[in-house]
Amino acid sequence: MIYEVFRQERKGQAFAHAGSLPAPDMAFAEVYAREQYGRRGESVALWVVPRDQIQQIDEFVDELERNYHRVDGYPLKAKLKEARERAGTASDDADVPAAATHTPPPPEPGSARREANGG
Amino acid sequence: MTERARRLLEIADDELILGWRDSEWTGIAPNLEEDVAFSSIAQNEIGHARALYELAARDLGTTADELAFDRTPEEYRCAALVEHRFADDWARTIARHWLYEAADAVRLEALKASDDAEVAGLAGKIDREEVYHRMHAEMWEERLRDEPRFREAVEELWPQALGVLAADLRAGLAERIGREPVEAVERNGRSPEFCELWEEMTRVRRSIPGAAW
Repeated sequence: MIYEVFRQERKGQAFAHAGSLPAPDMAFAEVYAREQYGRRGESVALWVVPRDQIQQIDEFVDELERNYHRVDGYPLKAKLKEARERAGTASDDADVPAAATHTPPPPEPGSARREANGG
Repeated sequence: MTERARRLLEIADDELILGWRDSEWTGIAPNLEEDVAFSSIAQNEIGHARALYELAARDLGTTADELAFDRTPEEYRCAALVEHRFADDWARTIARHWLYEAADAVRLEALKASDDAEVAGLAGKIDREEVYHRMHAEMWEERLRDEPRFREAVEELWPQALGVLAADLRAGLAERIGREPVEAVERNGRSPEFCELWEEMTRVRRSIPGAAW
């Protein structure tokens, strides 16, 4: 049986996946998880879950290609460039990192100046 | 030597030698998770030995390292139970581990109740780690208790497990694990297996006597 281990680094923080371990039952899994993920003071709490108790969802049907449902539906790069040009700031950092696609869509033109200057 | 130093050395020697023996499983345990867990337990035991040697060393005007590595084989006071080399025999290794942890639990309870605040304090600290060793030992005992090889090993080692404890604590151990008390194997004289271990354990320090490492 494979167990998935999640660890919490500090109280109040979200648990994050730490790794997985093979064990014959929960008692062994608990001992092994303590040794692997809790012995060096790196965690304040662990979640140990049998892998078969986790419902994995990995199919997201989009037969009609409704890309307006997706965050990448927003042409963020182009809009940012536009906003910067309007604000008169340099656009040499127009290469927006991938993570930026998860940020909300760019503000309406009215607030673009403040947004661009603040960045 | 004071009675306190003598008692501390007995326990420290038990922990050092058992830690050393358990560490022989590093890299050859039945699976990787067990390799990590058992090696960690071995390291903890050596850590406990270090703390106990430090306390004894203060009483004896020496250092923990000198107590751990610079005595002759005859001067060690460990119990027969921890001296055996069991690497590659998991049934006996777990039988020893389980018996030792049970005996150690009885011993630590007594030490925690001691009038000697230093000893009681250190026993409390050690016991907080031993909780996890016991959890590990008991979980394996539960898994192997019906295996003939494991039962035979427990039978064979039981008199030596009693010898880990002072005479007045032995009935408590028998009660704890539900076995009939038998005549204990006392801490008297080192086995040939211990002498081999000592040769290896002290080889590096003996190679340059008096060096500051």
